[in-house]
Amino acid sequence: MNTLRVAFLAVAVALVAAGCSTTKLDDTPAASTSKAAPAPAPAPAPAPAPVKPVDATPVTPIDPLNDPKNILSRRSVYFEFDRSSINETDVPVVEAHGRYLVDHGARTVRIEGNCDERGGREYNLALGQRRADAVRERLKVLGVSVNRVETVSLGKEKPRNTGHTEAAWAENRRADIVYK
Amino acid sequence: MNRTERFSRVAYNPVDMLLFRADSDLPRSFRISASQSSITPPQLPERHVRAGQLIIGIAARARALCAHMGRWQVTAAARAALAAFVSLSCLMAGPAQAQMTVEITGVGSQQFPIAVANFFSDSALPEDMAAVIRADLARSGMFRIVEAGPAPIAESASVNFPDWKSRGADTLAVASAARLADSRIEIRYRLYDSVKGNQLDGLAFVSSGADLRRIAHRIADRIYESLTGIKGVFSTRIAYVVQYSASRYELQIADADGANPQTALKSPEFIISPTWSPDGSSLAYVSFEKHKTVVYVHNLATGQRKAIASFPGSNSGPAFSPDGRTLAMVLTRDGNSEIYTVGVDGSNLRRLTFDPSIDTEPVFSPDGTKIYFTSDRSGGPQIYRMPAGGGDAQRMTFQGDYNISPRMSPDGKTLAFIARHADQFQVAVIDLASEQQLTITDTVRDEAPSFAPNSHLILYATEVGGRGILALASTDGRARARLSGPNGDVREPTWGPFSK
Repeated sequence: MNTLRVAFLAVAVALVAAGCSTTKLDDTPAASTSKAAPAPAPAPAPAPAPVKPVDATPVTPIDPLNDPKNILSRRSVYFEFDRSSINETDVPVVEAHGRYLVDHGARTVRIEGNCDERGGREYNLALGQRRADAVRERLKVLGVSVNRVETVSLGKEKPRNTGHTEAAWAENRRADIVYK
Repeated sequence: MNRTERFSRVAYNPVDMLLFRADSDLPRSFRISASQSSITPPQLPERHVRAGQLIIGIAARARALCAHMGRWQVTAAARAALAAFVSLSCLMAGPAQAQMTVEITGVGSQQFPIAVANFFSDSALPEDMAAVIRADLARSGMFRIVEAGPAPIAESASVNFPDWKSRGADTLAVASAARLADSRIEIRYRLYDSVKGNQLDGLAFVSSGADLRRIAHRIADRIYESLTGIKGVFSTRIAYVVQYSASRYELQIADADGANPQTALKSPEFIISPTWSPDGSSLAYVSFEKHKTVVYVHNLATGQRKAIASFPGSNSGPAFSPDGRTLAMVLTRDGNSEIYTVGVDGSNLRRLTFDPSIDTEPVFSPDGTKIYFTSDRSGGPQIYRMPAGGGDAQRMTFQGDYNISPRMSPDGKTLAFIARHADQFQVAVIDLASEQQLTITDTVRDEAPSFAPNSHLILYATEVGGRGILALASTDGRARARLSGPNGDVREPTWGPFSK
């Protein structure tokens, strides 16, 4: 940004300087054909002041929820098979969202619990609900009112990864924090 | 399971077992009007069947069946050969409107050899009824279909029993179809024992013409019952869910062979856990159409639906009580997954479980006094049962660390469920009297077992070749068949009650 500004200024100054050296062709002395003595040359016009540029591009603050560098951009937490305790590595994610929700009292979220494809649909529906509820419990401990947190289970019905490998299953054993 | 033992337990119902002598005419006054699904009370002319003859007939038939039991003990080698023969022939469920393909992958320990002759008809029938009957019997795994040849055999034709016996057809079914003066069609069928040279069953049906397939299923039911002593389930219906794409789901109702599918509900969101009301009029199920799980009761004839449970959190796992007045279900409104009961009108909500673990998948015992359910209160999910009004739960499954989806056989003798062993999910059964557990399928991604109303077959969902299909297994694990739809993933099957 700053580099651009300097370049712009340099070009502007250069253009102003070039204007100063322009020869006014209309000033060709007509008297050269007459016998009269040439008139004295008019004094040159004063040089215009340099332009102070204004940048009108709107300045938007970066939404921390969408800033890839911010932990809040992570909205998913993961679980082991048939478990509903949040993986240790994902606890900071829930904590960050808890702090954000405490600071932004108007925001509400929906937690969606998901499971991998193995096992029954009803049992996985219950397991997905328990995963979503586990995230809500963490948020509650952090001071977020539970009536700002809706939980829903998608069971094994909406896999993000439709593969049948352990990697696919791990991706689907998940709770998503969805801001409304 | 020993077929002879099972056989000795069968109680015969004389009303259902009218037998006619091979040389007698069928009394025309005894007809089942399939179109009205009602049975005309038998008014038997004396010249056809006298009371004494009837009783003698029943006794003779019971004796004949016991004799068959001895004669039809099949050697292991012969059984393997039969299995190979049957599994090689990929049998279609029926003609054009049949939507599912049936593949037999296992047969019963005893197979009754039967020939089903093509129907004799005075005009072309819109259904190949003999083919429907053969497919039904073959699918059950308890019959070996003997080629009857292309020539139709009339119900009234005299039968050369030694000839059929020499062809290996210990039993023979023949039937005729005739247009009546009012343009309805009369179907008259007889079942013969070609070894004994006598008649085992005979009946006349009157059809409007639109329900010939259904009559074929009813004839198959009678053949099945006549020879096995177990009530047939070919004329019942099943329900299941088909997922065609990520946003296209259908709840469908079909005949037990997968034919005549009808869509009860289309939704862009998932539908799970359909279950029949005991009278077969309605289905309860879970639908995600409101972006949360809601339990509905859906009247199939009117299409009217009522949301029975739409509380915050999950609403799922509906199961009708045997009297059809109460639904058990799973709600998370009070914290975690707990089991509740509620009247089918949505009144009188009662919580039955109070446990910090998952309690889900309730089903009533056939006598209505108990509820079987899945709980992970011991760590992994296991099957438990408790009084239907709530109370202390007793653990039912102890093999393995993952047992889910309990279902009780309608006769109350068998508990079926899904057991995981070494990452394979298979249908298992526990005989409640002996507490013996048996895995009954050869597929490994099984879900949602559902008992046939006769308690002898289980329909379930599984995955073969990356596609969701339905499959059948007999409770002894011997007879097996697969039903795959033309497209989509088929799942969540539920077997309807006996048709009235």
